[in-house]
Amino acid sequence: MSRPVTAAVPRARQESAEPVVSLRGAALSYGPREVWRDLELDVRPGEFLAVLGPNGAGKTSFVRALLGRQPLSAGSLTVLGRTPREAARHIGYVPQQAELSAQAMLRARDLVRFGIDGHRFGPRTGGRAVRRRVDEILASVGASAYADVPLGMLSGGERQRVRIGQALATDPRILLCDEPLLSLDLNHQRAVTELVDARRRSHATAVVFVTHEINPVLGLVDRVLYLAPGGHRVGPPQEVLTSASLSELYGTQVDVIHVRDRIVVVGANDDSGGPPHHPNEPAPAAHETDGVRP
Amino acid sequence: MTLADGVWQQIFSFDNYGELLTLVRNSLIAGAALGLVGGLAGVFVIMRDLPFAVHGISELSFAGASAALLLDVNVVAGSIAGSLLAAGAIGVLGVRARERNSAIGILMPFGLGLGVLFLALYKGRAANKFGLLTGQIVAVDTPQTTWLLGTAAVVLVALAVMWRPLSFASADPDVAEARGVPVRSLSFAFMLVLGLAVALSVQAVGALLVLSLVVTPAAAAARVTASPVLLPLLSVVFAVVAIEGGILLALGSSIPISPYVTTVSFAIYGVCRLAGARRTRRWGAARVNTLPA
Repeated sequence: MSRPVTAAVPRARQESAEPVVSLRGAALSYGPREVWRDLELDVRPGEFLAVLGPNGAGKTSFVRALLGRQPLSAGSLTVLGRTPREAARHIGYVPQQAELSAQAMLRARDLVRFGIDGHRFGPRTGGRAVRRRVDEILASVGASAYADVPLGMLSGGERQRVRIGQALATDPRILLCDEPLLSLDLNHQRAVTELVDARRRSHATAVVFVTHEINPVLGLVDRVLYLAPGGHRVGPPQEVLTSASLSELYGTQVDVIHVRDRIVVVGANDDSGGPPHHPNEPAPAAHETDGVRP
Repeated sequence: MTLADGVWQQIFSFDNYGELLTLVRNSLIAGAALGLVGGLAGVFVIMRDLPFAVHGISELSFAGASAALLLDVNVVAGSIAGSLLAAGAIGVLGVRARERNSAIGILMPFGLGLGVLFLALYKGRAANKFGLLTGQIVAVDTPQTTWLLGTAAVVLVALAVMWRPLSFASADPDVAEARGVPVRSLSFAFMLVLGLAVALSVQAVGALLVLSLVVTPAAAAARVTASPVLLPLLSVVFAVVAIEGGILLALGSSIPISPYVTTVSFAIYGVCRLAGARRTRRWGAARVNTLPA
């Protein structure tokens, strides 16, 4: 059975607090192709929101919209009551691990420092204070041991710790993680999710966690935003991740099976139309190339 | 005297060295400025993976310089004009690396072709022609030095202002954009700055060998340090040593300075590569991924 949902902040306080992210009737399309629409969502301080869905259903567009890099085609999106761009410094962003040709020669501490003052023009200021802050951040994510090692020589898990440190450098109200567990082994997956969770508990930072695999964060998630080609669902995992709800989203029979404390999603006919976010199985090719098809 | 001795005499000759030295004072000053500019711009060239762009810009810079030679106007100005046109075109045409390389591959032969055309039409001294391709800094006169130093100053100021956000945008464009860094404008601005830096380097080592001043020193520095302070510092030191060393070694000989500059530059890279291998071992072989060249 699924683990009980553990909210970081007591429900009552969460609900009374102003939402940090608020979407009203939001829609996003690229030309004639609509990715999602009628999205109504409030993310409260301290809430852990997992964004799930197959490739092409708009997870990346959702991230880009939150960062103010992709305008909505309809509706509104506010972050802390402002436009996403105005609120940019309050969003700590952990990007998808890309190929790191350019970062390979940076040291861990330099990446964190970018998070503090990398956006400022002109000569460096506040040398010692900034350096001390970088050291504190590295210590808080357990990366002090390799602060001076170039990123190219770190493992994926070590790099992700540094990434989270960078994202926390501005003391953000929202932590936006795009597939942060990708290509990490189980131990590192746990370490990274624990870091994110610790931050949410200590600072009531809202967490928006985009992932194709729910199981590593299942015990932490308050609500799920499930983006599918045929629509979306928002709600606690035990309501959204059910056979009935996913079958409706996909317009085809989908079975949600609970194995010990994990969830496995199985499409009706596995080789053609099943939702591709289930663990340990590659996504069907149709969804990789053309995610808008049901 | 054997043939080998004769060749050696041609390559290294230090007769009347003191007198010659006073003749190249301008060159040494210009060389220091070029080393500074090339070394600093090079840091971003390797970060942003732009060596091919440097080569492409230098070919159009050559075309601009040869046009200036033909029209009998300031060669440095012509070289700068060609550079800026090329850099601007590359900046506009190729935002992504893949598109960029195609754009450069298309521009480069066109520029080189134009350059050959202008030189074929030019009826002046042949040494001037050869100098554009392989370097002529020993010949710089005072007005040219003024142009070189002025342009170098523009490059240095521009780099100083945008250094931090440009580093951020170069190394970590996704997060930089999310933090409001104008990634695209910076990319274009840097291409223009690079255009100026390349135009300067063309004056020293010629269009064909610019990479030895704008890429090799920074790549060498990146082998031995990852510090954002030490890396540009070492890169500048290496570039200055390469060009000043090249000028001083070439002084008594009848050979252009470029082979000296490129050889010194390459030797520095070789040493750094060996030193870098030791550094890598120190951090543990287990966690080694690939570093850029």
